Amino acid sequence: MSNGSVARTMNSHSQHAEHHDPAAGKIGMWLFLFTEVLLFGTLFIVFAVYLQKYRFDFREASSHLDKLIGAANTLILLTSSLTMALSIGALERARKSLAQGMLVITIVCALAFLVIKSFEWSAKFSHDIYPKSEAMLLKPVGEQVFYGLYFTMTGLHALHVIIGAAAILIAMVFVQKERTRADRITFLHNTGLYWHLVDLVWIFLFPLFYLIG
Amino acid sequence: MQTGNTQPHDHPLVPYRVYFMVWGALIGLTVITVCVSYLDMKHVTVLTASMIAAVKGSLVVLYFMHIRFEQRIYAFMILAILGTYAIFIGLTFVDYWYR
Repeated sequence: MSNGSVARTMNSHSQHAEHHDPAAGKIGMWLFLFTEVLLFGTLFIVFAVYLQKYRFDFREASSHLDKLIGAANTLILLTSSLTMALSIGALERARKSLAQGMLVITIVCALAFLVIKSFEWSAKFSHDIYPKSEAMLLKPVGEQVFYGLYFTMTGLHALHVIIGAAAILIAMVFVQKERTRADRITFLHNTGLYWHLVDLVWIFLFPLFYLIG
Repeated sequence: MQTGNTQPHDHPLVPYRVYFMVWGALIGLTVITVCVSYLDMKHVTVLTASMIAAVKGSLVVLYFMHIRFEQRIYAFMILAILGTYAIFIGLTFVDYWYR
């Protein structure tokens, strides 16, 4: 019996002493985001070097991507960034259900982005355009490099969209359980920072791949 | 800005309308960059597209990511990482052009 009460005491003690340091959480998140910037940044440098080398092939290959589909996905991601920011603003004002509603819209936008992206990729695959395909190997080297970078960078970005959507789902559960709330909002803040980074990467991916043709 | 961790927020609440205005600007810039891409501008196509993207990116970082309202340290950290990245770009192109 005394063991049980000790365990309970320790349990409640550990809950009270749970470490909570918003400033450190925020700085840590930013440091992580910097590694993401350098990850994508390196790929953008590769893109820039080959753009110099194969300027005409890049323009030719880019002209075969659908600008309007790319633009639609841009509008979707920008809107999802707005709803993410609004969700954080709502929870800061302790408006739980508004915050959750905004998170739902954000996830719907993330899924819409992925669906459109998958249609886009399948259209390319159905034209036998994917790395090392027969049709691809007949194309000029510059176009092969362009499509290689296109699939690598939009693929890595799509992976980030999936991870971001999963994080937002977790944030929704935390908000529902009030583990994340106005006075303990770090998890939602950091999820938002991650989501805005995903948006930020796409802001640069979109014009460089779709609009240079 | 003196802040303590006892405060739930270390910056004043940002009005919703600020986010809507930033979103409107981002949508407007997207429309502009798509329209501009239909003009055949040869050498400056990539440059204009990148510059518009840089403006959009700055809006996202400053307002959606709250850097405009945070302590200065975050802005300095971002400038440091952008400086590091600029050095990477510079070294890569020096190597590529003069090898």
